[in-house]
Amino acid sequence: MSDRPVVLELRGITKRFPGVLANDHIGFDLRAGEVHALLGENGAGKSTLMNVLYGLYHPDEGEILINGEPVRIHSPKEAIERGIGMVHQHFMLIPVMTVAENIVLAAEPRRAGVLLDYVSARKRVEDIASAFNFAIDPQALVENITVGQQQRVEILKALYRRADILILDEPTAVLTPQEAQELFGILRGLTREGMSIVFISHKLNEVLEIADRITVLRRGKKIETLPVAGATEEGLARLMVGRDVLLRVDKATPKPGDPLLEVEDVKVLDDRGLEAVRGVSLQVRAGEIVGIAGVDGNGQTELVEALTGLRSIQAGEFRVAGRRLTGSSTHRILESGIGHIPEDRQKRGLVLEFTLAENLAFHEFDRAPSSYFGWLRPGRLISRARRILQEFDVRGGGPQTPAKSLSGGNQQKVVVAREVANDPRVLIAAQPTRGLDVGAIEFVHRRLVEERDEGRAVLLVSLELDEIMSLSDRTLVMYEGEIVGEFGPDATEQELGVAMLGGTLDEEAVA
Amino acid sequence: MTSGPTAQQPAAAPEPESLNAAERLARWQRAGGVVAPVLTAVLAFLAGGLVVLATGHSPIKVYAGIWNGTGLEWFYEVGSHRVGLPFSDATLWFPWDTASRSAENLQQTLLLTSTLILTGLAVAFAFRCGLFNIGGQGQYFVGAYFAIWIGSSFGELNSFVHITFALVAAALAGAAWAGIAGILKATVGAHEVITTIMLNWVAYYVGLYLFGQGGPLQNELQPFSPTSNAVVEGARLPVFWGDPVLQGLHVGLFVALAALVAFWIIINRTTLGYEVRAVGFNPEAARYGGISVARNYFLAMAIAGVFAGLAGAIDMLGWRFSIGFSDIQSSTIGFVGIAVALLGRNTALGVGLSALVFGALVNGTATRNIPVDAFEIPEQAGNLSLTIQALVLLFIGADIVILYLWARAGQKLRVGTSSPL
Repeated sequence: MSDRPVVLELRGITKRFPGVLANDHIGFDLRAGEVHALLGENGAGKSTLMNVLYGLYHPDEGEILINGEPVRIHSPKEAIERGIGMVHQHFMLIPVMTVAENIVLAAEPRRAGVLLDYVSARKRVEDIASAFNFAIDPQALVENITVGQQQRVEILKALYRRADILILDEPTAVLTPQEAQELFGILRGLTREGMSIVFISHKLNEVLEIADRITVLRRGKKIETLPVAGATEEGLARLMVGRDVLLRVDKATPKPGDPLLEVEDVKVLDDRGLEAVRGVSLQVRAGEIVGIAGVDGNGQTELVEALTGLRSIQAGEFRVAGRRLTGSSTHRILESGIGHIPEDRQKRGLVLEFTLAENLAFHEFDRAPSSYFGWLRPGRLISRARRILQEFDVRGGGPQTPAKSLSGGNQQKVVVAREVANDPRVLIAAQPTRGLDVGAIEFVHRRLVEERDEGRAVLLVSLELDEIMSLSDRTLVMYEGEIVGEFGPDATEQELGVAMLGGTLDEEAVA
Repeated sequence: MTSGPTAQQPAAAPEPESLNAAERLARWQRAGGVVAPVLTAVLAFLAGGLVVLATGHSPIKVYAGIWNGTGLEWFYEVGSHRVGLPFSDATLWFPWDTASRSAENLQQTLLLTSTLILTGLAVAFAFRCGLFNIGGQGQYFVGAYFAIWIGSSFGELNSFVHITFALVAAALAGAAWAGIAGILKATVGAHEVITTIMLNWVAYYVGLYLFGQGGPLQNELQPFSPTSNAVVEGARLPVFWGDPVLQGLHVGLFVALAALVAFWIIINRTTLGYEVRAVGFNPEAARYGGISVARNYFLAMAIAGVFAGLAGAIDMLGWRFSIGFSDIQSSTIGFVGIAVALLGRNTALGVGLSALVFGALVNGTATRNIPVDAFEIPEQAGNLSLTIQALVLLFIGADIVILYLWARAGQKLRVGTSSPL
């Protein structure tokens, strides 16, 4: 591998933003036919570096060499001309146009100078797709294809423009595990054809799976470039975060007490009016974490919404500490001792335009001492927020900073802090670590265990099996709206996986 | 381990020198909030000047005429004068001449400003809850009808009681009218833009019926003129500056200023305002947090209606004193409120300033204020007024473009500043 020619080299790239050194003399090289992963936490400077390469930012210092030749790249157009293609995290496709139209956009084959030559556009897209073994229908409308397929369209766009260097910015963030595997297959195919790929990620297992070499960035600096052989998740995590990270959660044996959350035969409809939760019963006792595992879309979301009053319950009932809350308003349920970390912190968990103090006051603002008889006390909100932000080590802003200017990890800390500060008896955490990097995941996990040890009942809903297995004292598996299995703390991934697909081990043995 | 620079600051760092990146960004955005509307107004006037130029006239002459017509030059005509204290016989020394020609113009500007503040707040308050209240005009009508009805009846009431009664009734009527749209939104999800537009027409035709020929509230003394009874002396708002007979400035200005203060307090200092803003920014998050979105939709519309209803009342009780068929047909002040709110960014201070801009604009471009030699036909001046108003609205569209570019610049900044954990 190391004998392959270097197609791209970045030397001493420095990029300053007001008050921040986003890239500090970073060096990086990419060899022909390799996948070189750029690993780092959110805000480590990965995207800035690649935006410099793609001509979106101009570096303050440093130089870029392509095939050994120093170049200056002033715009994405110039980057494309030099064979660099970038697939952004958020796709830039036009939903109402076909795959082929999207791919040739801005570089259309033409007839008579002005007319789109759709036939040859489709033909060329088909040629490229078959050359690289992509399964995609050029005539399909982009709005009708899956996210994974849309990503392939983005990659094809780069190939159509004759890119030989491909930058992928967090490509798996939007994909299911199966789609991610398909993507890796495609990437391997591309490198065999001589493409060189920069793979930006903060997920350790993916990087170990797909990359040939790994460069770790931390706080704008390059920490190390290392070959994938011999690298471990623990080692990479330490390089990323700068200290030892507990990838496994350390926890004492649970001391469960009285049942605090009791759910009996609850039935809930989804948005289309179909029964999404079909008679779920469960109990969570004080001092234990109960995990609900399952493939996305098996009724977990609806169950959580029902338990927090966001969705009406058709049948059955639930109690918190013996108090019946079926049919109560969200307001009343929250007051009765349920804390809820929602699965989508940006859509639900936070008002992004609100300051942190205002966000932290979400369950507090209408009570003394945050307000008296409808009069808000902004000073109280701020001093309370300052205390909480300090306790939960939220960085990147103070009480008066708008929530939207925080990183994802810190935003989630704010949500967790708010729910815990409300002193709930039952804490419902739905996908509490989605989109977070290792340091933040560690924080959230540790905190959930601490809350358990405080004597709260914790209901954890997650699509990440690892998370369920490392945190739960008991695991329930949800499949098609029902609880199909209960497992102790020593359940294996295989057992859970089979139950998640609606089977049992015996059945699989028969099949 | 050498850490990154300021992004590493701990949470609370109050000294201005050690602002962290996020706070810096927030400051930038706030500055953008001031710069963009000012740019909008400047661009609109520049473009208006080009229109004048295109018609072969001197934009400088026309704008000078408009400026003089606004009466705003009164503020720099400093001298030494003795003026009468309002509502008394006393006189005292004052640096400005309160009886000059420009003082009269300024009174007219402020008269319009008062109403525009209120119709602007009606749009702005709903906006803060995420609702686009197009119904300011209808709510203004309903408020005006009640003010006229009460103001022209109950002649035996004490003046203060009479005025208060009329104002409160008009405010409640506006609230009820807007509240209909709020309830429809909250219960069945009917879009407020559609329902408020429909309510505008209902209010319009109800007015034509009430005060038109043969209508139940038509003038009793002149059965053949389609207009209302006149507001009785005791129900008229006291004029504190200028001649009461010649449309002097009435105390409705203080009603409007008080409404600005009330708006700010409700939005920023009450739990209601907190809920309204939460719903306006992110209804999903508000619902998740236990806030009743439906209740806030209703309340926000009703409060918006209070402002618009008051606007109708102070116009009727302050200087119009009656409402006729043609007044209803030609009234647009509720719609100008939309422009006022948009230019003023739906904040109290912004609405106050932009109401002054629009009040000055409407008054300054009144036909009598444009120099005779600037246009052959005086009516052209009125058309210019409408043109500039239209341009301002157009540039508010551009305002959004400016904001977008600003946000993009901010985003680029953010990529670098989002701090490591």
